[in-house]
Amino acid sequence: MNSDSIAVIIGGSHAASQLIASLRQEGWIGRILVISDEKQLPYHRPPLSKTYLSGEKTPENLLIRKPAVYEKLNVKWLLETHVESIDRATKSVVLGNGERLKYDKLALCTGARVKKLAIAGSNLSGIHYLRNLSDAEAIKKDIKHGGRAVIIGGGYIGLETAALLRKMGMAVDVLVHSSRVLRRVTAGPVSDFFTRLHSQEGIQIHTREKPDSFEGDKQVESVICASGKRFLADLVIIGIGVTPNTELAEACGLPVDDGIIVDEFCASEEDRDIVAVGDCAKHPSSIYNRFLRLESVPNASEQAMSAAATMCGKIKPYAVVPWFWSDQYDIKLQMAGLNDDYDQMVIRGDIDNSRSFVAWYFLNGKLVAADCVNRPQEFRLAQQMLKNGINPSPEELADDNLGVKQLLELIE
Amino acid sequence: MPLITYIDHKGNAFEADVPVGDSVMQGAVDNMIDGIIGQCGGACACATCHCIVEDAWFEKTGPASDEEKLMLEMSSEMQDNSRLSCQIEVTDDLDGLVVHMPQSQY
Ligand SMILES: Cc1cc2nc3c(=O)[nH]c(=O)nc-3n(C[C@H](O)[C@H](O)[C@H](O)COP(=O)(O)OP(=O)(O)OC[C@H]3O[C@@H](n4cnc5c(N)ncnc54)[C@H](O)[C@@H]3O)c2cc1C
Ligand code: FES
Repeated sequence: MNSDSIAVIIGGSHAASQLIASLRQEGWIGRILVISDEKQLPYHRPPLSKTYLSGEKTPENLLIRKPAVYEKLNVKWLLETHVESIDRATKSVVLGNGERLKYDKLALCTGARVKKLAIAGSNLSGIHYLRNLSDAEAIKKDIKHGGRAVIIGGGYIGLETAALLRKMGMAVDVLVHSSRVLRRVTAGPVSDFFTRLHSQEGIQIHTREKPDSFEGDKQVESVICASGKRFLADLVIIGIGVTPNTELAEACGLPVDDGIIVDEFCASEEDRDIVAVGDCAKHPSSIYNRFLRLESVPNASEQAMSAAATMCGKIKPYAVVPWFWSDQYDIKLQMAGLNDDYDQMVIRGDIDNSRSFVAWYFLNGKLVAADCVNRPQEFRLAQQMLKNGINPSPEELADDNLGVKQLLELIE
Repeated sequence: MPLITYIDHKGNAFEADVPVGDSVMQGAVDNMIDGIIGQCGGACACATCHCIVEDAWFEKTGPASDEEKLMLEMSSEMQDNSRLSCQIEVTDDLDGLVVHMPQSQY
């Protein structure tokens, strides 16, 4: 690497913002060029479904770093610019206007895009997705106190948005295709807790409802489900998951399988001058012994640290315990580890009558994850236990009479 | 603009001008100061922005909220003056603030 070397980063969000900072920290003295098809410099996405819609924050408040910081780091930006393809033979990226830009090291931080619901009427106005700041701006205009909102999808983003709209005085129906909310990310009893929580707050959750069409003149007026049920709506928000943006990688011959396949250093084994970071990347997890593609800010930023080292010719493997958080009403949900594969679950606290408990997940007697609802102490404890491979018994963890400090002693 | 001094576990001091209204965490992030990570962007969800406020300033910053305390209590480096730096809003009153950053955040 020398001062003429060029690092090109495609995508300008959480992964890119950390990658830029880490590249400089790792000693990248060459140029850094970021190409992003969004209008803004990297901004925090999580608040979009949390505080932003209710007007608590301005777009400036959302910026991950101030514009002046990137200037200081000597970063060049091509905003509102889409990369069309990658030419590995000449080590260049190709823009929409045919322009070719050279790279020495290339970082794919292309993230993910929302899955679309292609049913009759989906072009009516008032129907939204929520991924970008521009989506949030458009939703804001359609929020009306006393109006009706229908949320399609019972994942985090759907439920967080539902909670916000409810707080802002809208009547809210949530339509869930499967048998329960948060099915992809949590166990049945925790789903039941969230269903109860939302109904206590005045939201109706309808499971096993599959939207079949939207009705309305220009503006959406109702959602018709396959069951024949009709839900009135002034505003519809669809949150049915995302698809990783892997097309660029695939087209230039990099291995892709629901994510750009990388090694523990975030490099593609096919071409070690290319790294992939964040929602678009699939990495081998030494903790879970399989390939994982995660959709979270901590994953994007920690992978970026590892990728930056790789780009600078250093070695910093990515091996962290995944974690995630979600805010709904007065609930802070913090999850540590992965609970998609478990054979035992125990609850600490009163999941039926309170808003504070922990669900601990085990596989073959080994602790693999914890969902913590308003239990920040246990969340931090879980992170430490998972990181250090410590395994208290399910009985101990379920015993709410054992204080957190006592649990801590168990692991020390 | 208020001047904030961040001191790492080895005693190295870094000074930064941080705009009023920003958090002490944002000040560190914007000035590339290692030792305050701020993974959750200020949502009080990660505790990677732990700092220890210098005694003389603790009255001005005030103590940690209950929520902060619960997050902090699990840190081995927790002290009476510990705060989550994302929850300290910079004001003119805090011009000159000195905070220490724990070793575990490196
Ligand atoms: C509403 C919402 C709430 C969320 N809440 C949380 C939360 O509470 N906690 C949490 O951990 N995570 C949360 N997430 C997830 C988190 O935001 C993502 O994991 C994170 O944004 C991933 O960052 P990334 O940089 O990998 O990709 P992205 O943020 O998806 O960014 C990728 C960028 O690349 C651009 N791009 C793609 N292809 C090209 C191309 N060919 N040319 C130019 N530009 C391109 C895209 O336009 C986009 O700007 C939330 C997400 C949303 C939408
Ligand atoms: S930045 Fe996450 S708790 Fe402060």
